[in-house]
Amino acid sequence: MSWFRRHPSIAGWLLLAPGILYLLVFYAYPTVQMFLVSLWTGSAASGYTLTWNFGIYASALNQYQDQIFRSIEFGGLATLFTFVLSFPLAYFIAFRGGRYKNILLFLVIAPFFTSFLLRTISWEIIFADNGIVLGPAKELGLVPPTFRLLATPVAVIAGITYNFLPFMTLPLYVALEKIPPSLLEAAQDLYAGTWQRFRRVTLPMALPGVFAGTLLTFIPAVGDFVNAELLGSPQSQMIGNVIENRFEKVSDYPTGAALSFILMAAILAAVFIYARLVGTEQLSGGGA
Amino acid sequence: MVASAAPNHIQKPRGHLGRRLVRSVDRWILPLYAFVAVLYLAIPVLVMIAFSFNDPTGRSNLTWKAFSINAWLDPLGKPGLAQAVTTSISIAVLSTIIATILGLLIGLALVRHAFRGRGIVNLLIFLPMSTPEIVLGVSLLTLFIASTQWSFVPKGTFFPLSFTTILIAHVMFNISYVVVTIRARLQGFPRHLEEAAADLGANEWTTFWRVTFPLILPGVIAAALLAFSLSIDDYVITEFTSGQTQTFPIFIFGSQLRGIPVQVNVIGTIIFVSAVLFVVISTLLQRRQRLDPVEAEEE
Repeated sequence: MSWFRRHPSIAGWLLLAPGILYLLVFYAYPTVQMFLVSLWTGSAASGYTLTWNFGIYASALNQYQDQIFRSIEFGGLATLFTFVLSFPLAYFIAFRGGRYKNILLFLVIAPFFTSFLLRTISWEIIFADNGIVLGPAKELGLVPPTFRLLATPVAVIAGITYNFLPFMTLPLYVALEKIPPSLLEAAQDLYAGTWQRFRRVTLPMALPGVFAGTLLTFIPAVGDFVNAELLGSPQSQMIGNVIENRFEKVSDYPTGAALSFILMAAILAAVFIYARLVGTEQLSGGGA
Repeated sequence: MVASAAPNHIQKPRGHLGRRLVRSVDRWILPLYAFVAVLYLAIPVLVMIAFSFNDPTGRSNLTWKAFSINAWLDPLGKPGLAQAVTTSISIAVLSTIIATILGLLIGLALVRHAFRGRGIVNLLIFLPMSTPEIVLGVSLLTLFIASTQWSFVPKGTFFPLSFTTILIAHVMFNISYVVVTIRARLQGFPRHLEEAAADLGANEWTTFWRVTFPLILPGVIAAALLAFSLSIDDYVITEFTSGQTQTFPIFIFGSQLRGIPVQVNVIGTIIFVSAVLFVVISTLLQRRQRLDPVEAEEE
């Protein structure tokens, strides 16, 4: 044991080794393998060989550009909506929560103790054609009998917005909560009005939370296929649906792998640009 | 004098109105909004619970027909459901244990040891959390598929997909979350307590188990709980690594086309209520016994 003390670097690496090896074998290498599989040609029946077929990237981008743009659109809109919905809520909890702060935070998180799938299925029930909302609305003549929510882009975006809301609310809350009251008092002492104080102190101080929340929401939103599958229609498919379909239904591994690689590369590029802007410590919660 | 007094006179009521608006937003609109937002967050859960008491006529449990407690009396009474729930729990327990051990070791190394390559290690921890789940699932699947072409991997290790491949996937995505949770707990760790133990003649092994471990235990438990809940709820990554094996989320999604049985809502409700009760009880217990030296020291 005293040997450990004389070689702290080696002791550190010994502690790290099992977990880091695991991540290298089952996280880092598989992304390389995914890239290699995207360059395979062949079929599930006759077997695949690595042919360095880079052309698949052009054809995949070309064939599925609708779904790619739709994913960015749905993910972006859902991220915007989570921000609009979360900000007043996070603001209220941080500044007006008082002794109910923890209870309010618990009420925000508690719904997410329910399975992601079951939450989405609940929205399916709520949006159903003659369900608990549209049924009575149609009977009262508020909407035409053919009006639909389920199987529309609105339902998909609403589902994504709901499912990823805490990923926005919590970072915003953490950022707002950190603002020292003395700073707000100082603004007041310097004759800043309520609006000016909000715009020149609160909002800039909340920016790290906005950045973190945007990333945490946009990344899962853009890659999601569950909401589009359960709440959407074949016309509102996202890139995730295509990838899932390529692997699980038709065993077209190269196209599925190529699309996943494009998704990963696009998101990593976005993360690195963000990291350059705000620093990785804000993103991973310190230490990185 | 007259010229400058006039605009003042006009501006005064406007400022007053603005202040009244701000005050009413502050006093009424913001709390009302928070209430509506919390209600909005709760609606799908309430719907799930309500529909666990539904008696659907057709196969799909999407419209309300009649009140019934049949599903509650027989919560596992659908073919494959009991097996799926058992599989989910087994994978959650095993992946939690493995990921917590691996993550704890990494967390200890990161906080307490100086070594080269820290930046790369941090990056390797951070990246899995910022990779979309579908990419994690797909990349593991490509590894498992490709492994059939490698002579050094015994046939059938990873492909066909199985319980083992799901477990491998769940440990992988859990490690980063464990590290982040435990690292947050280890920062600000009272190192002088360990030094005191060493001064009193305890060797490093004794110091770890008698001083360090009890102090970081709350962080380890928090990390393990997070890992368990992430594992038991995972659908996306499991979808790509499960093959014929069914977990509870895979069962739900699979039955989605044929119509989800009411039993799914019952089990969902049971999981939700136990999670809420667990958090409430542990919070109450923590409030009663503040024996935690780390927190006591902070106060």
